[in-house]
Amino acid sequence: MNSQPNIYKNKKPVFFFLAPAMLFLAVYLFYPFFQNLLNSFQAIKSLGTSAKGWNDPLYKNYAEMFQDKYMITALKNTLIMIAVTLIFQVGIALILALMTDNIRHGAKFFRIVYFFPIVVSATALGLMFNLIFLYDKGMINQLLESLGKAGLTDWKDEAHAIVTMMIPVTWQYVGFYFIILITGLNNISDELYESAAIDGATGWQRVRYISLPLLHNVICTVSVLAVTGALKVFDLPWVMFPKGMPLGKTWLTGTYMYYYCFDAADVDYSSAISVLIVVLGVVLSKVVNRIFREKDI
Amino acid sequence: MRRKKEKLTAGMFLIYAALILWSLTTIYPLIWILQNSFKDRKQILSNSFSLPLGDMFTLANYEKALNKFNILTAYRNSLAVSCSVCIAVIILAGLAAYALVRYRFPGCGLIQSLVVGAMMFPAFSTIIPVFRMEHAWGLAGTNEVPTALLACILPQIAGNLAFAIVVLSGYMKGLPVELEESAYMEGARAGQIFFRIIMPLTKPSFATVGIFSFLWSYNDLFTQSFFLRLPKQRSITFLLNEISGKQGTDYGLMAAAVSLIVIPLLLVYVCLQKYIIRGMTAGAIKG
Repeated sequence: MNSQPNIYKNKKPVFFFLAPAMLFLAVYLFYPFFQNLLNSFQAIKSLGTSAKGWNDPLYKNYAEMFQDKYMITALKNTLIMIAVTLIFQVGIALILALMTDNIRHGAKFFRIVYFFPIVVSATALGLMFNLIFLYDKGMINQLLESLGKAGLTDWKDEAHAIVTMMIPVTWQYVGFYFIILITGLNNISDELYESAAIDGATGWQRVRYISLPLLHNVICTVSVLAVTGALKVFDLPWVMFPKGMPLGKTWLTGTYMYYYCFDAADVDYSSAISVLIVVLGVVLSKVVNRIFREKDI
Repeated sequence: MRRKKEKLTAGMFLIYAALILWSLTTIYPLIWILQNSFKDRKQILSNSFSLPLGDMFTLANYEKALNKFNILTAYRNSLAVSCSVCIAVIILAGLAAYALVRYRFPGCGLIQSLVVGAMMFPAFSTIIPVFRMEHAWGLAGTNEVPTALLACILPQIAGNLAFAIVVLSGYMKGLPVELEESAYMEGARAGQIFFRIIMPLTKPSFATVGIFSFLWSYNDLFTQSFFLRLPKQRSITFLLNEISGKQGTDYGLMAAAVSLIVIPLLLVYVCLQKYIIRGMTAGAIKG
């Protein structure tokens, strides 16, 4: 837009158009963000009370974090969650997208139903999975029993809890990345595939030498979204495994931060955890971007 | 569609089998929950896979859900919050996106990067100061229902604005500027141009943004659990979480509660899925 039309020479309306939205962002996002940073260095008991002054030493919360064994569990679980999302969520979504791109019938149907879990609230999904994984004859245990397995498995005990938590979270967002990837595939021009077919390329060769390279940027976007999304997971784990149950094995950074804010009444520690979440998010999305860019050259 | 002619080879068969298998994982759990919401506890635990026909069929779970918990109030609260968020986001983000796309002014680039940056902030990092700020204003933590709802609405609007501005400006960039120019020649003012020309032309994108703001607000347990803490202020999502905490062993009631929250959303989704999928992908890839 080099030559600006006359109509937009008068800049006065800009202020009225932009001011309301920017005011909202400033008051509810930017200001609280910096306030949160300050809070993490202060001593605050509960949400309604004002700060009692600065922490001594100033970095007390951050030092504590690395001594706190549940915080370390939470960090570890979150990192596992990120790895699982990258490998399985993006992986399954990619495979499903490539398959859907190669079929003639029913593509629209799959698109609609794969998106179901994203429409439904994570709270409802959490309750649903509570029933599915129920020890006392939920869906899975009934199914296994009818297949002849003796004895019931407690899917929420210490040995299974992590896996039982990760499966629904992974499953839920596959559809989201599927849709993004399939749009990327639709943007690849048909001519490329046609000329490849004339040259006698097999289905797998077309995927390997046309679809995947041209999808590179979209896969990168999806991976960044998956990493930051995994850091933000809250609802599903909180409904299925409240308060890090069993024995603090299932804490994630998000649920642990919420717990400290309300149940443990230690708001400043909670703020410090949320600062860590943001820092991790920025660093990890940079890392993902870097990995993909190097591959480009 | 495109590509070469499809033959029913073994490979094709495997592809369809895999796709159908995944679609079963997204459909069957919902059906399972729905059919069990019509059974009593004993039947759920002994044969959850059969259809609730004949003796098995009961509406007791739904009666209990409606009588014991104030589900209708919770629906009302949820709808009030999510509709307000949706409308506010559409108007505020629409105006802002229009200004950012069509006007060149000092600080334009800065504002654009601020908006993109705002998409990165997780609710975790802002919620505590927002609560304390609203508490000081007398909005959050009161006993009144309307103020509590407002306290929940405002941060949700802010949380959805950045995404909405990015998606809408992506769409508005593609609109031809000539229409606006000829309207201007005929004496239309900037505000009129926005409401009479830009808004109707951007309708598909507004639909996407509106639907997503609505869904995210409706499903957002995290923000709601900060601001709607009294029983009469509860939203449907928060109430569900409560039910599972208190009545965790009444499986029929839980199945009925899940069905009550899920089925209306799914129906709306199936009717509007065209807008959801099309618009979301535009936003996600550009964002």
